[in-house]
Amino acid sequence: MMELSGICREYVVGAEIVHALDNVDLTIGEGEYVSIMGPSGSGKSTLLNVLGLLDRPTSGTYRLQGEDVSHLDDDSLAAHRQRHIGFIFQFFHLIPRLTALENVELPLVLAGEAPRARRERAAAILESVGLRARLDHRPDQLSGGERQRVAIGRALIMQPSYLLADEPTGNLDTRSGNEVMQILEQLNRGGIAVLIVTHDPAIGDRAKRHLKLRDGKIVGDVREPQP
Amino acid sequence: MKARDVARMSLQALRRYPLRTAMMLLAIAIGVAAVVLLTAVGEGARRYVTGQFSSLGTELLIVLPGRADTAGGGIQGLLVGETARELTLDDTIAIMRSPRIRRVTPLVLGAGTASSGARERDITVLGTGAAMLEIQHWIMETGRFLPEGELDTAQPVCVLGFTVARELFPGQSPLGEWLRLGDARCRVLGVLSEQGLAGGFNVDETVITPVANAQQIFNTSAVFRILVEANDRDAVTAARRDILEIIKLRHAGEEDITVVTQDALVSTFDSIFNMITAGLAAIAAISLVVAGVLIMNVMLVAVSQRTGEIGLLKAVGARNGQILALFLTEAACLSLLGACFGIAFGAGGIWLMKILFPVLDFAAPLWASASAVGVAVASGLVFGILPARRAAALDPVNALMKR
Repeated sequence: MMELSGICREYVVGAEIVHALDNVDLTIGEGEYVSIMGPSGSGKSTLLNVLGLLDRPTSGTYRLQGEDVSHLDDDSLAAHRQRHIGFIFQFFHLIPRLTALENVELPLVLAGEAPRARRERAAAILESVGLRARLDHRPDQLSGGERQRVAIGRALIMQPSYLLADEPTGNLDTRSGNEVMQILEQLNRGGIAVLIVTHDPAIGDRAKRHLKLRDGKIVGDVREPQP
Repeated sequence: MKARDVARMSLQALRRYPLRTAMMLLAIAIGVAAVVLLTAVGEGARRYVTGQFSSLGTELLIVLPGRADTAGGGIQGLLVGETARELTLDDTIAIMRSPRIRRVTPLVLGAGTASSGARERDITVLGTGAAMLEIQHWIMETGRFLPEGELDTAQPVCVLGFTVARELFPGQSPLGEWLRLGDARCRVLGVLSEQGLAGGFNVDETVITPVANAQQIFNTSAVFRILVEANDRDAVTAARRDILEIIKLRHAGEEDITVVTQDALVSTFDSIFNMITAGLAAIAAISLVVAGVLIMNVMLVAVSQRTGEIGLLKAVGARNGQILALFLTEAACLSLLGACFGIAFGAGGIWLMKILFPVLDFAAPLWASASAVGVAVASGLVFGILPARRAAALDPVNALMKR
């Protein structure tokens, strides 16, 4: 469970203080499928970064899986990210000199997993996202959709409870974007919580819960009725 | 994260920018090669010089007038015009009384001209005794060396150095011929075989004559040096003490001579050349520090080029220490690889120098090569710290915004 209460995130830009997040209260349960929408500068990405422990709130309390993580140091945050959270980015963030397999196993390398075990797991995950024939391709030999699927594989390899996706289809054509969304939805059905930041209403509407942000405040929180 | 994975990732990163990596490797390699080559030159010179002196024999003692530590009576001596007491032929004969001494010969040296018929040549006149042949391990080409006999008898005979004989008597045997030596004439007894340089003195261009004869030519009663050969190497110290005592008795209780042993001479040159070699190594090591600064530069560029990558690593759980280790390892790999190439270049350079200058025995001392590699790696690490810390301290959100 992700529980935010009274979260503020302020930046100082020149002489001005920008309230990127303004007193946000939010709870996201296990296995939810949430879209976060809003105009540019509304604080969507900041919210996602705070939820993903990449950014610390200026004030307020954030409890992740029951533990207060608002004021942890860099390394403790890294440890929590490693254990609980997978990231998917608009620009994939694959390491260009590494093959698809090596990119996917990277989190396991950092975690100190033995080579044989991590290779098997990475290969299995790539197979599950339909890239069985692409294990030894480098990112520049893959299409955009394939790259994003490698990135999804990397996000999954540590078996996180939450997948945080920032405009995951923003750099893809409609068909590849659709494939990526289908994979994410399939993962969600398997029990992983998926949070998507997007501009695109067609993508955002697919979620089961819709958050709307404006000026750092949550101005809409609509759940689809349970079938 | 396993050490092997850290090394593998660092090498992968280096491979991605082959030109830049090659340039860095070259910079470090040149630094290390400079240390290796310069110390090899110093070592070659040291071996050459000590070899030259050692060839004179380690049982050799050289007696010279005046004390090395209070030469000429110091400042006071200069003011009152006091000079060191000269060594004489009688001193030489007196030294022979020591039982620890096998051979003694005096030395009188001077520049002169030698002529035979119309041919004339500048030569060095060396006045000495019969024992000189054995002391210096000279070998006769033809004829015989100076005759045994009283040192103070001025026999008009001489022995020619190899070059002198060839130039003054071309195509004929000089044996029994008369040689004009300044105003004197002397009969040629023999010719030395080619000796080359020994102790910085070219024997091939000398004419050797009995010491009393040389003293007449230069109108002096003094002896320039006395060469003494001890019974064996272990007797050198005792022989030295004997010589000092004998001469002290003869010089009214004054210890006014210096006795230099071959060992002391060689070890003096040895330490001088070792200092020079160390100095050369230090100068060359500066280039390694420069290479270190280049490493820092390159690593700083690498950190800013790979900002997005660092952000990603942090997002997937990399600790700050792991990022630090990755970049430090990259710097260390660069400098270590560069150092290996440098050692190889240095070895190639030494091989080339040996071909070009076969006289000198070039060889880089092990300590120089080892410390060159050490300094290279250390400067890579030291100068890698700043970029690596910068990478580790990056804020993941900002880092991820750069692609």
